[in-house]
Amino acid sequence: MTLQLMRDLQHYIRFSVFAILIFTAPVAFAQEHDEAAHGDEHSDGMVDTKQEVDQYILHHIQDSHDFHLFSYTNDAGERVHVGFPLPVIIWTSNGLTTFMSSEFHHDDSGEVIVEKNGLKFAKLHSKIYELEQGASEVVLDEEDHATNAHRVLDFSITKSVVGILLIGILLFIWFRGLAKQYKTKKIPTGFGRVLEPLVIYVRDEIARPNIGEKHYRKFTGYLLTVFFFIWLLNLAGLTPFGFNVTGQLAVTAALAVFTLIIYTFSGNKEYWKHILWMPGVPYLIRPVLAVIELAGAFLIKPFSLLVRLFANISAGHIVVMSLIAIMFTLRESLGTVGSTGLSLLLSFFITLIEVLVAFLQAYIFTMLSALFIGMAVAEHDHDDAHDVAEGAERRADVI
Amino acid sequence: MYNLIGAGLIVIGAGIGLGQIGGKAMEGIARQPEATGKIQTAMIIIAALLEGLAFGALFLGK
Repeated sequence: MTLQLMRDLQHYIRFSVFAILIFTAPVAFAQEHDEAAHGDEHSDGMVDTKQEVDQYILHHIQDSHDFHLFSYTNDAGERVHVGFPLPVIIWTSNGLTTFMSSEFHHDDSGEVIVEKNGLKFAKLHSKIYELEQGASEVVLDEEDHATNAHRVLDFSITKSVVGILLIGILLFIWFRGLAKQYKTKKIPTGFGRVLEPLVIYVRDEIARPNIGEKHYRKFTGYLLTVFFFIWLLNLAGLTPFGFNVTGQLAVTAALAVFTLIIYTFSGNKEYWKHILWMPGVPYLIRPVLAVIELAGAFLIKPFSLLVRLFANISAGHIVVMSLIAIMFTLRESLGTVGSTGLSLLLSFFITLIEVLVAFLQAYIFTMLSALFIGMAVAEHDHDDAHDVAEGAERRADVI
Repeated sequence: MYNLIGAGLIVIGAGIGLGQIGGKAMEGIARQPEATGKIQTAMIIIAALLEGLAFGALFLGK
């Protein structure tokens, strides 16, 4: 048994190494040399002032149109960016336009103009702008907004989209494999053995107690999907690829809206009655409660879900990046060895905490989703008039 | 300036609240170790709600 498990594990590790190699192979070929676009950096090419660190962190938190792993300055004094480009797919005034993001040459300040489909495009603060007719370069106003260019509908495969697709495919392969195994075997083999306890954990510790024995099966699929999706994307955010998918408001908002739709449409009569005309309270208070309950059901619950995930993951990324940046910001006062050592120590331990947070946030999102769904499908076996008397009776029984 | 003071106040309040939740949960677990699982679940839910409030306030105050 153990031998079998070890063989499976070895097989899996071999596969993982292979997958990582394949995935990182394009990196070596995607090096780019450019000098002109980075006038704002220091002559030694290093990020070594607090302002630049701030910019770098903010840039990392945002979604981007290419994978940027690292940059360095070679002996000839050229800036070398290592990463790989991603396709840009935009809907412009001349229709669908596609090109690779490498045409922007890592420019993010609107300096590099790309001509495609008879139109000119520039990238500014990770957003793609279409220049107005006749304009040849982007003109910025005092607040750094473009005055002669406008945003386009952007369907690009950005870094976050790559992350979502990657995790989606991974989840599909893993769980398809796990589901297939149950047709022929009672116990899964290989990587399924890692997944099965997690699935059972979500089912028995999250779905069953919060939704209730009668209805939990219907919602377990959604809860499992959300749990693994968020967890794996959180973990992907801790890899050097620097995904920050669950730290994007759009992504967490979409997830929260899924939960909102599910608990709104599966709510039973009792649920709506408790929202709109709360039984067991004086009639004068009922309309007031209805307003509060409606706000709770449609605004506060999804808002708390989306902000919690977004803020936790973004804050985690900012803290990790700031601690890494200690080696630049404190270099003068602590020396190279001192600041690097401090940065390594702090960022190592905070990253370990982030691994825990990655799980915890996935757990909390799933748990609260289950709780909200559970509230919507809960069946009350009492009505308002007998509420107090029955409750007292039941308490008496327990005692 | 004022939003920074506000952010500080939020963090102080959330810290006190989280301390209360964690401390009481510890007491509860010490008194009834067999209820550890239930107490932890309830603790995490309440902590998450508090955290949502704190983050919401920070987010709006930013």
